Amino acid sequence: MSNANVLLSMQGIHKAFPGVRALDGVDFSLAAGEIHALVGENGAGKSTLIKVLTGVVRPDAGTITLAGQDVQVHSPEHAQSIGISTVYQEVNLCPNLSIAENILIGREPRRWRRIDGRAMNRRAEQILVGLDVDVDVTQPLGSYPVAIQQMAAIARALEISGARVLILDEPTSSLDAHETEQLFGVMHKLKAAGLAIVFITHFLEQVYAIADRVTVLRNGRLVGTYMPSALPRIELIAKMLGRELTELDDMTKVKLASRHETGETRLVADGLGRVGAIEPFDLELHAGEVVGLAGLLGSGRTEIAGLLFGIDKPDSGSVTVNGVPVRQHSPLGSINRRVALCPEDRKGEGIVDELTVRENIILAVQAGRGWLRRLSPSEQDEIADRYIALLKIATPSADQAVGNLSGGNQQKVILARWLATDPQVLILDEPTRGIDVGAKAEVQRLVLSLAGEGKACVFISSELDEVLRTSDRIVILRDRAKVDELTGDVDERQIMQAIAGSEHGSS
Amino acid sequence: MADWLGARLSRNRRFIPLAATITLFCLAYGYGAVVYEGMRDPQVFLNLFRASPFLLISAIGMTFVILSGGIDLSVGGVVALTTVATAALLRGGTDPWLVIVLMLLMGMAIGATMGAFITFLKVQPFIATLAGLWVARGLCFWISDDAIPIRNRLWEILGQTKILIPGLADPTTKQGEFVSIMVVVELLVLAVAVFVAHYTRFGRTVYAIGGNELSARLMGLRVNRTKMLVYTMNGFCSALAGIALSVDVSSGHGLYAMGLELTVIGAVVIGGTLLTGGVGYVIGTLFGVLIIGVIQTLIQFNGQLSSWWTPIVVGLLTLAFIGIQSFLAALKTRQSAVQRRVGHARPTDAGAGEEAT
Amino acid sequence: MARASAAPTVRRVTESRLFFPLVVLAVILLFNLVYDAGFFALDTIDGHLYGNVIDILRDGSTVMLLAIGMTLVIATGGVDLSVGAVMAISASVAALLINPDLQSLSNDPNVTATPLPVVLIATLVVATVCGLWNGALVAYGGIQPMVATLILMIAGRGIAQLITNGVRIQIFYEPYAFLGNGWIILPFSLFIVAAVFVVAWLMTRRTALGMFIESVGINSRSSFFSGINERRVKLVAYMFCGFCAGMAGLVASSSIRTSDANNIGLNFELDAILAVVIGGTALGAGGRFSLFASIIGAIVMQAITTSMYAIGVPAHALLAVKGVVVVLVILLLSVQVREFVRRVAAPKAA
Repeated sequence: MSNANVLLSMQGIHKAFPGVRALDGVDFSLAAGEIHALVGENGAGKSTLIKVLTGVVRPDAGTITLAGQDVQVHSPEHAQSIGISTVYQEVNLCPNLSIAENILIGREPRRWRRIDGRAMNRRAEQILVGLDVDVDVTQPLGSYPVAIQQMAAIARALEISGARVLILDEPTSSLDAHETEQLFGVMHKLKAAGLAIVFITHFLEQVYAIADRVTVLRNGRLVGTYMPSALPRIELIAKMLGRELTELDDMTKVKLASRHETGETRLVADGLGRVGAIEPFDLELHAGEVVGLAGLLGSGRTEIAGLLFGIDKPDSGSVTVNGVPVRQHSPLGSINRRVALCPEDRKGEGIVDELTVRENIILAVQAGRGWLRRLSPSEQDEIADRYIALLKIATPSADQAVGNLSGGNQQKVILARWLATDPQVLILDEPTRGIDVGAKAEVQRLVLSLAGEGKACVFISSELDEVLRTSDRIVILRDRAKVDELTGDVDERQIMQAIAGSEHGSS
Repeated sequence: MADWLGARLSRNRRFIPLAATITLFCLAYGYGAVVYEGMRDPQVFLNLFRASPFLLISAIGMTFVILSGGIDLSVGGVVALTTVATAALLRGGTDPWLVIVLMLLMGMAIGATMGAFITFLKVQPFIATLAGLWVARGLCFWISDDAIPIRNRLWEILGQTKILIPGLADPTTKQGEFVSIMVVVELLVLAVAVFVAHYTRFGRTVYAIGGNELSARLMGLRVNRTKMLVYTMNGFCSALAGIALSVDVSSGHGLYAMGLELTVIGAVVIGGTLLTGGVGYVIGTLFGVLIIGVIQTLIQFNGQLSSWWTPIVVGLLTLAFIGIQSFLAALKTRQSAVQRRVGHARPTDAGAGEEAT
Repeated sequence: MARASAAPTVRRVTESRLFFPLVVLAVILLFNLVYDAGFFALDTIDGHLYGNVIDILRDGSTVMLLAIGMTLVIATGGVDLSVGAVMAISASVAALLINPDLQSLSNDPNVTATPLPVVLIATLVVATVCGLWNGALVAYGGIQPMVATLILMIAGRGIAQLITNGVRIQIFYEPYAFLGNGWIILPFSLFIVAAVFVVAWLMTRRTALGMFIESVGINSRSSFFSGINERRVKLVAYMFCGFCAGMAGLVASSSIRTSDANNIGLNFELDAILAVVIGGTALGAGGRFSLFASIIGAIVMQAITTSMYAIGVPAHALLAVKGVVVVLVILLLSVQVREFVRRVAAPKAA
């Protein structure tokens, strides 16, 4: 890949949102006829980078050069017009229109204002055949599986702008092995035709299967751009998780902190599983210990949290809390059983942004009491003030709308909400995501002290060093299954290996 | 043989609701023809078209609005306003052709105004068009409290000319089966509407918006322009319907077309169009209107049921159709949710701050 | 940390939920005062208070009742288009219970086939069941509120007709007529409104239900994660809305002494929705609500009507004025306009 082939070059891209530095001086280059994978955990900056490239957001600083010319991408339409097309995970097409219409609407062949349906269908078929897809283009898009819908989206993207750059955002998430093979076949064809493809995925084996280069982002920064052929899997993972794996000789052994003897068993999950979400697993949580869940994006971490807390109903297995089997799988049931979950999606599943800090903090407690037994204003004040002080939540007053707080403080409010329910089991899903370094440290310290008070904690994070620092035991997840459980003297390389799976891992 | 049938059925699955409606119509009409001798007169069938051109024209406009995912509750008011304004202008001696043009322009203006509120000010369609309804009705009574009769040559011609059906009528005696001019007009409107819906970019864009407005925007379609046009067009249809009504009753009054919007919505829904938009056929609306006509006819022939049974039956039928539509839709979402789960990784994981894949 | 200390008083007043509706009401009343200096005059006749203001309050009772229930529904992010139809159904049920024999209606003012308390309870139960129907469709059936309540809106009047077999039943029973026509110094319907308001207020602000409703409206998923049964909350909101519609139906049919399935409550849903919108609850989004502000909104709607009559606007042109009001309200409350005003006003604040 000589420099002469560089089609697209992004340099020094900075982008900050209120309270969060999404991109911090990121460089990214793309050559014609290459498939370039973009990987990183959630919060790494992948989606923001793509949003900058496709004109959804403007960078605060940095340059974009396309085919030797500096460009500023104003909007998604502008991006399309200069040759940058995107196919999103949600296949942004209209399910009620036929495939042919979806591919060609807005530029249908017409004879004097009258849509030439036959010509349109023929052209659509032609394009799809070029992608090795043979379907009835007159049927509604929605009647086809996602794999076909994606092909239609790709077809439209190519047809529209004489695309030069094609961005595929997690295209294989909803595909099975066979469909993925087909997609790869199409990608090879397009690559041979000179298209530059950005392939965002969290399936590492796919990176190795098809990418010419891979760029790793972490915490908004560029970790590096590599050739998969020259980068062993385990090193790739290390880079994604922020652990620098040095030579074999320099291995560091990590002794997982074990502060207390194991306390009472608080929660037992026995063969708990949910079809399509997580394979049946066993897990025991004891008082006073922190169990870390480690694994890459998509390995099933949040799904486990959801099953333990009652967001989802299991398809197999059972959960027992303090010896009592769980019948009522719901958040309310969990609150009553003194199990709490601080969810991963702060905005969508956590804060109620127009309610005040005080109301957000007491919300779960109130839900547990039911609607009749309302907490009196003074009780509410007492609880809210207590946790604002304890967690050092920065807010002008408890009456402030939570939506006005910074990300880190919002996270603290959610944490306060769950601590207020006085749980015995506390599950924290990515509690340090998107908050500043100081707050991250505070949260980790807090988790340790909570364990010291006798709570059973589950700590989920894509930051491996955080998991290592706080956990007594580490549960390793891979491809939606629990693969290992480590305790005591643990070799960091062991953990990486377990997360990575074999060097020639299967899908 | 069964395979061939199954394959054809599955390929044309999307026509099933339309087929259901047409079948319902045939069944109802068939029942009537069997039970009431008078219904076997072909004129009865033709009368289905003669009885309310204003309903069909109005419903055709509404079909486009609903297909785009919106709704327009102002149609009754605009129709009434058209009748009153028409009558007043004609009484004042304005040239009848000019009156027609002015009324159509007025309808388009009202439609465009509501369209602008909906498209650019992001007001919910039912609130914006409700306001339109009130303003339109109010304007009626500003013009006149009482009904204004229409005595105009053109209107008489429009209303009373009998167009004899070749083959069924005897041209020499001028007796036999006939339709009126307005029937020709409404069939013309229908033909144009079908063409627009299926053979123009505008029509397909309407369907696209109804299917997924966000996607339509991302696909680069001119969503705002199309939405504006849809409401403007509906205003045009409402005005045209008003003219048809004024021809029918030879007068104009603000109390006409009360509750028309609900009947029109009923016709569109019974015709197989989803209230949520994106799915449906204009021809279905024709059958929706015909079914309403058949119900009315059956009740008339029955003679014992009072006429207010018509709105009830229409209401219940609409209810049934909406209920079935919603049930099937809910089923589908549940199915696809399960599919997505079984299919593979979760769609989107959340991100920090502004990030979401 | 204590509650917010006294913020600049002006800001607190202007940002209060009651500000907008009260200002609008004040403008309308002022307008009336200018037109008729004796607008606020009150007379006492036979121990009853009379006056324009009293008229506004009495005529607005039905909309006030509807607005109370509608507030909760809109706060959950939904809407109920069927309240007018439910009013009609309630009126029909009540009338039928009083006079079940449609062939020979008794016109004895002291006779009723069913004791009054039973009539009232039965009617309210039926109305609440209508609300239950709506709520089930929305909360458990996943149907969009507008579509779900449209069903009952269309079919409801037909049902009301069916109940009375199309007959407009006249009600002669005096105690029933007292609901809408009686006076205890003030019109009795006002006491009904006050009672329902107190019940609603207790239900939402003296329990946690109000906070749950707001939470569900703002972010249904977060509410679910926090242990709130958002489906049940929505169901309760729609049921209470049905209850209020039933109350309104009783008052309306009582005041005209008839059950008129075609006309009772016609278009009232729109007045109710507008009242709530004027009162500051966000239509479509839901969230924070204020029952009192919605009451003021209902009074505003009625005040407009009464003012128009007072200055001699013919009854039907009134509709056009209301339409214009809707437009104005929408404009004023529209997000776009708010943004515009904020941007224009901002530099001055500095």
